[in-house]
Amino acid sequence: MTLDTFHFTPGMSLLGGLLIGTASALFILANGRIAGISGILGGLLRPTSGDVMWRLAFLLGLIVAPAVLAAFVAPVIPTIDAGPTTLIVAGLLVGIGTRYGGGCTSGHGICGLSRLSPRSLIATLAFMGSGMAIVFAMRHLLINA
Amino acid sequence: MKTHLDTVSSFIVGLLFGIGLIFAGMTDPSKVIGFLDIAGLWDPSLAFVMVGAILVGLVAFRFARNRTMNFLGGAIRLPTKNDIDKRLIVGSLLFGAGWGMAGFCPGPALVTLGTGAPQAIIFVLSMIAGMALFEGAERLMNARDARNGAVEPSAAPATPQ
Repeated sequence: MTLDTFHFTPGMSLLGGLLIGTASALFILANGRIAGISGILGGLLRPTSGDVMWRLAFLLGLIVAPAVLAAFVAPVIPTIDAGPTTLIVAGLLVGIGTRYGGGCTSGHGICGLSRLSPRSLIATLAFMGSGMAIVFAMRHLLINA
Repeated sequence: MKTHLDTVSSFIVGLLFGIGLIFAGMTDPSKVIGFLDIAGLWDPSLAFVMVGAILVGLVAFRFARNRTMNFLGGAIRLPTKNDIDKRLIVGSLLFGAGWGMAGFCPGPALVTLGTGAPQAIIFVLSMIAGMALFEGAERLMNARDARNGAVEPSAAPATPQ
């Protein structure tokens, strides 16, 4: 392990984290809900009356965020290396896994840990570990990934 | 009126969350993978994101724990599940694998969708397909259990909302 000092962004990442935390705080205190994005999206697959608009509104907020930043700050240009097959398999895994496991990085990793939930701690350790294992396999074991 | 406030508030929170994700660098898959690449060049930035978020979150959830009503006058819905079961672990392992493969988890993927990136479109569609597959499988299993006379699992969603 060598520290990637070139890409490391302690200030911006901390600031981003504080913003995310604030958003999650607002959501639980003002809306009374957990800002767990896999749950917010997944719940649209079993829609019940009165339970749809807030989900759509939240997801819309996420989706227009880059446009808002582009208008007021700077354009957001992602660097994505994964090819279509990887994206499809990864998407399926994330879709199935987040529903099966009951949460993702926002639900378990941020809200769950903030609530000191042992369930979320286990979940977070599991998906972090699994993520690290896959990256290790793809970057250091396989030649072409 | 309460529903409108609820909707507007949700939008604002989603927007703030999305902006936070962008600032944090979490919408950049290469940064995420850089954090997960512990054997290679390691970018600890994601740890800083988590610390920042949890610092605020700890205070908020402490406060929320002692309240039953949210600021808009509705209920505070905290998850009630406490058990650590196979679903939690297997699901999280699967999710983590997908996360490591493309460097996308649900939030950042949706934010990146907003940039129009074709890779994000593919990922999000696949993610939705995966969620739908799971949903379908759950319903089939529940129906089968009901037919077999087993105790039918509650109709409540798999994830506490």
